[in-house]
Amino acid sequence: MPELNLTSAPAHLRHGSNIGQPLTRRDGVLKVKGQATYAADNHPPGMLFAVMAVSSISRGRVASLDVAAAKRHPGVVDVMTSSHKPPLAIDPEIKTNPFVFRMEVLQSDEVRYAGQPIAVVIAETLESATEGALLLAPRYETLPALVGLDAGESFVPPVVGVGNPSEVHRGDVEAGLASAEKQIDATYETPPQYHNAMEPHAIVASWDGDRLQIDMPTQGLMLSLARIAELFGIAHDKIHIRSPFLGGGFGSKGLMSGPPTLGIMAAKLVGRPVKLVLRREQMYGPVGHRAPTRQRLRIGADGEGRLTALDHHARTVSSTFDDFYEPAADASHTLYAAPAIRTSHDAVRVNTGTPLFMRAPGEATGSIALESAIDEIAWACGMDPLAFRLKNYAEVEPISGKPFSSKALRACYEQGAARFGWAKRSLRPRQMRDDAGLLVGWGTGTATFPALMFQAQARAAIRRDGSGVMEIGAHDMGQGAWTALAQIAADAVGLDIDRVEFKAGTSDLPDAGIAGGSAHTATAGAAIHSAGAAVIAKLADLATNDERSPLFGAGNAGVIARDGRLVRRDDESRSESYAEILARAGLAEVEASGTGAPNPAAMEEYAMHAHGAVFAEVKVDPELGQVRVTRMVGAFAAGRIVNPHLVKSQLFGGMIWGMSFALHEEAITDRRSGRIMNANLGEYHIPVNADVPPLDVITVEEHDPHVNALGIKGVGEIGITGSAGAIANAVWHATGVRVRRFPIRIEDLLTQS
Amino acid sequence: MKSFDYVRPATVAEAVAAAAQPGAVYLAAGTNLLDLMKGGVSRPDRLVDVTHLDGLDAIETLADGSLRIGALVSNADLAHDANFAKSYPAVAEALLSGASAQLRNAATVGGNLLQRTRCAYFYDTASRCNKREAGTGCDARDGENRSHAVLGWSENCIATHPSDFCVPLVALDAVVEIEGRSGRREIALDELHRLPGNTPERDSALDPGDLIVAVRLPPAARVFSTHARYLKVRERTSYAFAVVSAAAALRIENGKVAEARVALGGVAAKPWRARPAEDVLRGVAPTADAFQEAAWRALADAKPSGDNAFKIELARRIVVRALLLAAAGTPARLPALPASPFASTSGAIHA
Ligand SMILES: Cc1cc2nc3c(=O)[nH]c(=O)nc-3n(C[C@H](O)[C@H](O)[C@H](O)COP(=O)(O)OP(=O)(O)OC[C@H]3O[C@@H](n4cnc5c(N)ncnc54)[C@H](O)[C@@H]3O)c2cc1C
Ligand code: SF4
Repeated sequence: MPELNLTSAPAHLRHGSNIGQPLTRRDGVLKVKGQATYAADNHPPGMLFAVMAVSSISRGRVASLDVAAAKRHPGVVDVMTSSHKPPLAIDPEIKTNPFVFRMEVLQSDEVRYAGQPIAVVIAETLESATEGALLLAPRYETLPALVGLDAGESFVPPVVGVGNPSEVHRGDVEAGLASAEKQIDATYETPPQYHNAMEPHAIVASWDGDRLQIDMPTQGLMLSLARIAELFGIAHDKIHIRSPFLGGGFGSKGLMSGPPTLGIMAAKLVGRPVKLVLRREQMYGPVGHRAPTRQRLRIGADGEGRLTALDHHARTVSSTFDDFYEPAADASHTLYAAPAIRTSHDAVRVNTGTPLFMRAPGEATGSIALESAIDEIAWACGMDPLAFRLKNYAEVEPISGKPFSSKALRACYEQGAARFGWAKRSLRPRQMRDDAGLLVGWGTGTATFPALMFQAQARAAIRRDGSGVMEIGAHDMGQGAWTALAQIAADAVGLDIDRVEFKAGTSDLPDAGIAGGSAHTATAGAAIHSAGAAVIAKLADLATNDERSPLFGAGNAGVIARDGRLVRRDDESRSESYAEILARAGLAEVEASGTGAPNPAAMEEYAMHAHGAVFAEVKVDPELGQVRVTRMVGAFAAGRIVNPHLVKSQLFGGMIWGMSFALHEEAITDRRSGRIMNANLGEYHIPVNADVPPLDVITVEEHDPHVNALGIKGVGEIGITGSAGAIANAVWHATGVRVRRFPIRIEDLLTQS
Repeated sequence: MKSFDYVRPATVAEAVAAAAQPGAVYLAAGTNLLDLMKGGVSRPDRLVDVTHLDGLDAIETLADGSLRIGALVSNADLAHDANFAKSYPAVAEALLSGASAQLRNAATVGGNLLQRTRCAYFYDTASRCNKREAGTGCDARDGENRSHAVLGWSENCIATHPSDFCVPLVALDAVVEIEGRSGRREIALDELHRLPGNTPERDSALDPGDLIVAVRLPPAARVFSTHARYLKVRERTSYAFAVVSAAAALRIENGKVAEARVALGGVAAKPWRARPAEDVLRGVAPTADAFQEAAWRALADAKPSGDNAFKIELARRIVVRALLLAAAGTPARLPALPASPFASTSGAIHA
């Protein structure tokens, strides 16, 4: 990886503090110029191309492959199959920890889903390998595929999401429903969705003896490294992974999956560097997806519109060979103050690649159903949907009874509604039209996402020339870690951002934890903050214990680090530069480490969540049923905002994703074969620019002393929640038609005219 | 990828000779063909690249007032030709509602006419498909067929032709000029695409080696310029094929429809000229009721081929709306969201 030439901070920025400044991303110019090196851009000498052949059946076994035909094709070097492959040190079916998922790395000829790798062709050129893979012409023994939410006997999974209980309740839901004056009982469906990061999964792997060099986009450098070490039986320090940039991941690049593992195996088999890049359609199988759900919500309210009970049941699917259950019903744990709440899940097994976390796993699917249902009960009560949400505002987390570490949701509702002009909304649906005669509808949805923290380490140093270094194996998925974390680093060591060498994105740096759960800035930021504090403390020790320093004896009063100097806290006229301190001490640098971790005591005491309120306007053609979102306002409270610019981009992206969820996105599965029929960006619809209206994001001020030292909550996923429901509710308000199967389709709205 | 010969003929005659051999296909911009080759759907032995042929990229007005569009004119250049857009606004609108700006910059007139169906089973080589491989069966028939045909389909194939461009062209009686092994001939665009019947593997009336050299709009096509629209309902505002679309063109004289043209897209294996609808409009006042009647006639023979009954009702409504829009008059400028039901919504800034 060549040196990264990150853009310098623009000169006009406020001096002294980096956190809170709207820096543009420092990797932006590199990306615009095409100089940012993504994994697949690496071409070590002697590199070969590997192409996966994937199964076209969903269930059965591979009876034969025409390996000879593939090998005869000019340029083909070798064909890796279940009977010709390097051995692994551990059975890939063994789950060594909950973050290990089973993967298909040619361990047998069994086929468990369409799109499963069944061979890898390695050749001198991509074209040869591609043709070689076609020439394999597999024959199968096919069994009937299990497809869809009713594919078989359902069961209650032991846990959903990452270790959540699949059933949770508080209070007596049936009694609450029985006593209710108004009730709704509605069932919503969400389709399978695929992450579809712009950058496909890719790996370039080179072996040198038992040393392994890897270029691969990953949201979890250390988790990947540990998994590779265990699969190939080599020590951690023999593996080096570079992942400076990801072209998006959204959860699908969080854990080591089959395809990159196959790339490493292929390199081992042929003894040369190998590159393996997934084709777009190959991303619809072995690298995770969001499972479909069918969610039933039963909600009761009393005569005043106060909730009496909330019952949220979600049916989902997992694969036939592993367990990941979309925790959709859990969305009902935090938002609305019902005295009785029950959330439960069941599942069926289908022939699919194992579902996985996809941006706001559970929250996104659950939110669109919950927010639709809340609208339905508000309407049943004859109440404005925002007034209904305020009436049932949760002052403590309903399911746990814990107070919130902070919750500025009321301010989100107020500021968002004011900006949107919500007060002018008609209560009844199908009342508003524009000049052109289009139906106009306004809807709202509440956004929420937990404020999570993982574990991370960072190492900080101050050098003899007074500059700083911050090292952390953090991940920039496009969200802006190169910028936001460097801002935190600069403040942590009391330097301008351009005076700190910020190193990230490789596996030889301290473990930054996984970039997921909207927790990366908080977790890595906390580690950076603590490493910075530790190195400054060492520097302060040097100064305050040295009688030649103007800071001598300031130990108790303390010093602060600012602009490359330590300043005596109680007498700012006394200060000394980092360079002077190190020069006198005769040291090339001082160095220290820090960690970021959740605070169990605080978690015991408080419920920690980010919140928001989204308002959407849609227009619907009354005869033709086509929907257009024309306006969206989202007000979000997510603790401290490290970089307002990047945060807005994340929230915009989330809101657009919510729009996609409500109106566009769906993997179409052939009901017989289990194959995805629209595995391409032409037909797997996500919004294009022309679909996206002016978006307005308000970041509501929120100070949270409990979540972590910096008061940061995540913003990566929350934008989806609330948004999808707001749009669904706006469509109802425009048309009077309540669509409960997503995405909302044209034919759903053709019923009236 | 399968190895293939690549030839770049210098003349039309050379091209025809090179493409007449079995296994040869013409390559224009390749926005459709190369995708099909990458997916193993099309496995030609020889590509005959026509993009360097001289004289096929002109837009010319002929002495009789016809307009002749060379087969290599790009979709974007044609749509943005000011004279063209003014004379044939529905065609320009259809072009701009297709694909994406990047694709339109590359895609050619000839390629657009001959683009293959978007039936997912045609693209999926593991599925049975009579069009891809004659006589194997049709997996769309009982599959995910929400977007398939409601007119002119057969048990052997229920695919649709996806072109937007062809829809107003067929309404305007466009003619296709073809250079073949036995010289030049021309056919009505309406005759170019074939309904599936028992031979869905044959998309068009072309024989091996036939090269489309131009598309011609007859002089009479101009008379509709003040009342011509294209309307396309799709699942996102841009970069999506039509669920259903319609072109409508009217010649209004003394408050009566002197002549009407109506064609539908996304409903059949060819751009669907709705002559019964045109007939019922001749001589009547351009009212919503008359347009309703026309829409009923246009879809009189429609029947669902699967989970797509909604397309029939949608098609009726689109015909009515397209006729209403045409009656209201062609807008002075092409809308920012061409062919969209939201074309008139303020604040739209993208095509
Ligand atoms: C993602 C995507 C979205 C799209 N969306 C739309 C849409 O919304 N609406 C729409 O109308 N279209 C859409 N298209 C299709 C697009 O319009 C066509 O791909 C394009 O017009 C084909 O032109 P081309 O020059 O690239 O043809 P090619 O791909 O080069 O050729 C297509 C076919 O025509 C044959 N051919 C080409 N030129 C000639 C000739 N002169 N004589 C004889 N045969 C010839 C070729 O042999 C080939 O079989 C979309 C395409 C893509 C990839
Ligand atoms: S509808 Fe036609 S194109 Fe589609 S699978 Fe059937 S035969 Fe093939």
